[in-house]
Formats: sequence, C-alpha cells, structure tokens
Amino acid sequence: MSDAPTTARTVRFRGGGFAPTTRRGVGLAVFVTLVLLVEWGTRSGWISALTLPKPSDVLATFGELWSSGLLVKHMVPSLTRLIVGAALGASVGIGVGILIGLFSYIRAGLVPLVAAIFPIPKIALLPLFVIWFGIDEGSKYALIAFGTFTPTVVATYGAVDNVDRTLIRMGQSFGLSWLSIVRKIVLPGAMPGILSGLRISLAIAIILLVAAEMLGAQYGIGAYILEAGSLYDLERLFAGVVILSLMGLLTSGVIGLVEKRLLRWRD
Amino acid sequence: MDIRLDGISHSYGDTEVLRDINLSVPSGRIACMVGPSGCGKSTLLRFIGGLERPSAGQVLQVGNPPADCLNPLTYVFQHFALLPWRSVRGNISLVLEDHGIRGARAETIIADVLARTRLSDFADALPKQLSGGMKQRVAIARALAVNPAVMLMDEPLSALDSQTRELLMDDLVALWTRQPFTAVYVTHNLAEAVRLGHQIVVLSRRPGQIREVVEIDKPLEARGYADPDLEAVQKHLWDLMRDEARAADAELIHV
Repeated sequence: MSDAPTTARTVRFRGGGFAPTTRRGVGLAVFVTLVLLVEWGTRSGWISALTLPKPSDVLATFGELWSSGLLVKHMVPSLTRLIVGAALGASVGIGVGILIGLFSYIRAGLVPLVAAIFPIPKIALLPLFVIWFGIDEGSKYALIAFGTFTPTVVATYGAVDNVDRTLIRMGQSFGLSWLSIVRKIVLPGAMPGILSGLRISLAIAIILLVAAEMLGAQYGIGAYILEAGSLYDLERLFAGVVILSLMGLLTSGVIGLVEKRLLRWRD
Repeated sequence: MDIRLDGISHSYGDTEVLRDINLSVPSGRIACMVGPSGCGKSTLLRFIGGLERPSAGQVLQVGNPPADCLNPLTYVFQHFALLPWRSVRGNISLVLEDHGIRGARAETIIADVLARTRLSDFADALPKQLSGGMKQRVAIARALAVNPAVMLMDEPLSALDSQTRELLMDDLVALWTRQPFTAVYVTHNLAEAVRLGHQIVVLSRRPGQIREVVEIDKPLEARGYADPDLEAVQKHLWDLMRDEARAADAELIHV
C-alpha cells in the first residue's frame, strides 16, 4: 500500500432504465395537446379548412348527431352487426383453435387451410358474401365473423400449444380423465393467449364493420362515414371516426377488465 | 404394494439410456436413486409411474394397493406442477374431483393433508403467493390426498434453496415416521439420499446400469444434519460416482 492520500468517490449509478413503469395521464395529455394544436392551427389559418376540420366543429357535429337521435339510429345497427359477427367468428374460432391444438389430424388438415385464408383481404370477398348471404344483415355478419375467425384460430391453437406440458403430465399422473385435463388444465392455461388474440380479432372486427356497411346499409357508423366521405364533409367524417376509435377503446377496455378478473392468478 | 423392475432397458433412437435394470422396492421403504446427470434416473421414474414406456422389460406392481387408495402411483415433481389458477385447496380438490369426491368428504381429506403438511392457514392462497418450500409442501399434500401406495419423487427438493431443503427433509422424515409410505426418490444430491433413503441405488452414467445398492439401517428419525455415520456413506457414494460425474460433465449433448 502506498502512502499517497486516497480519494473516495461515490460509485456511479448505472443500473437504470429498461423497466417500463405506468405513467398516469400522459396518454391523455398527448391527445389533448394534439387536439388543441389542431384547433389553434385551424383557427389561426395555418391549417386550411380543406386539410383538417376544426375539432370544435367536429364536437358540434357530434352534439347535433346526439340531439337529433341519429347517433342511436346509427349505433344500434352497427353494434348489433359487430356483436353478432364478432361473437360468431370468435366462438367458432376458439372452438376450431382448440380442436387444432388437441388433435393431430385436425391440425394437419386445417392449419394449411387457415394459413391460406388468413392473408385474403376479407373485404375482397364482400361481393361473394352478398351472393351467398343476401344484401341484408347476413352478408355483414358473415364478413365480420370470417374476419375475426382466422386471427382467433391462430391465437387459440398457439395458446393451447403453449400450455405447460408438465401440468398436463401431472394431470395424467393423477389419473384425470381426458375431458378433465382439457377442461381444468388446457383451457385455463390457454386463456391468456386466447384473450390477447381476441384483442386483435375485435379490432379487426371494427375495421370490417365499416367495410360491411359499404354495401346496402342505410344506417350504421360505416354508412355514415362513407356518406360523409363521398360528400367531403370532413366534420361528419371525423365525428364518425372518433366513434370508431371510442368503440376500439371500449372493446380493449372490456378485454382488459376480463383479463383482470380471469387472470388474477398470473404473477 | 411392492414395485419390481424387471430387466428395464431403454434407448432414444441410437442413444442407449438404460440397460437391464432389475430392482425391487419393498413396501414402506424409501429407495433413493442417485447417479450422474443424464444417467436416465428421471426416465426410470417415468417408467415406474407409466408416463413413458421402456423399450424392453417391464414394471410390476406386486400385491394390491390398499382399498382406500385413489391413485396407487403418485408423483411429486421437481417444479411442483401446481395449477397457478387454483388456490391451494383447489389444487388438492383437483385430484379428488375425478374420483367423485366433493363437498364435505373432500373437505375432510383436504383439511387432513393440509394439517399434515402444516398448511392449514394457507388453503385459500394462490400458488404465486407461496414460497418455493410451501409450493412443494402443497404438492406433497396433493400427493397424500390420493393416499398413494407408492410415491414417485422426481428431485422434489432440487428447485429449493439449501435451508428450505433441510426443513423439507425434516418434514418428509416426520411424515414417514407418522405413517410409513413407499417411495422411489430420484435425486442428484447425495446428502438427501443418505438422509431419506433406506436403500440407495447408484446408477452409472449413460447407459444407466445399477452399480451398487447401498442399504442404510439407521432409522430415518435418528438421522440428522451432519451425521458422521451418514457422512461416511455419503463419501462412499461420492467415491463411486466422482469419476463418472466428471466424465458425464465433459460429454457433449447429442440431441
């Protein structure tokens, strides 16, 4: 050891970051800032009225829509189509996905088929659906159902594949019946994957709702938006788009709640 | 009920894992299997419980399991294998439901096994709330609930820290002393083997063969931490295994 005076320094901290934490209100703040910026821009004129509508005008349009009762008139058929179509597609999708996950023959037969159907833009099939199911509600349900079906199938059989095999072996080693293993081990184990798949499927369902209402729909959010679009009525167009966004937020919020309830057991 | 292994051999493709294993585990005794990693001891345990089939030879149950036994060959797994979405009580009732045991009858059994594993206060906890030692005690309680004739324990303490391991060994000894059970106990930890085994089966490295069966006569409840008699046996076991363990460690894995 030397006799030179030793200097003491604090050890520099270098372990921070890479750990996302919740920051409440930031999302809302970004949204409000953007809206205020557009409002200010359209009022002061550096955003022309042809580029973007005034947010306050959109709000006013929304108010009119509400007070005239047209909002309910458009929402009821849209929500019915969304709920019926998505429920059909998701439930058949979950069922088929589980069968693919459990049976090798069904997997060998259906996985290539699903892979072939998945990339087809379902909107392209709309004329076909109109021929098959009529121009009324049938074709709209079918389009939404078909669009939610494929992503749900893929998410579900992936989730079944990911169920911890040691839990299944445990079930077998205690002599549980096949049905018990599926019901009590495979299904709850696949639930996280199925729910996150549903999140995507439902967003796709909302996208397809607008597409479905392109043909022969008098009322509906999609019909409302398309009509506004063809008239270049930007205020109404944006009011419709905001409704779609809210629907998206709502469905993902509902899934979040379901996850919180059903998946309390997760770390 | 005794377990007899009759000329068990096994290979995965070209790799011979086990060769001509003959062994009998008498009722009410604990047989520990030790061996270098990859010697096929866990595979052997899966054969005994019927979770896998050997290429040659057979596993025999000699005699009948007791009348109230729901699942004669019952495993305790290394990583506990508890259903994370069920409470402690739910995990135990899982293995009773399929035998039609529900309601008050199930509650009696659950209360009994939880008391025996000192878990009565945690019946409603979820697995994520439990420590590793408690999780394994739940798994042991679940195994006791089906009243097994033979417990098949696959490195049950290997996922736990060494202090928890000591505590759980004491628990296992206490359980056995109260009501002797038959067990095949696979471990790579020689200290566990000499504490819990009435007979210790030493397997060689791949292909696994029985090198020696060491009997320890000292009663389980008389064995303790750092017991000189046991240390002597442990040293003998280690002398048998050291070179093979080193060779096994230097081996490339062909998968």
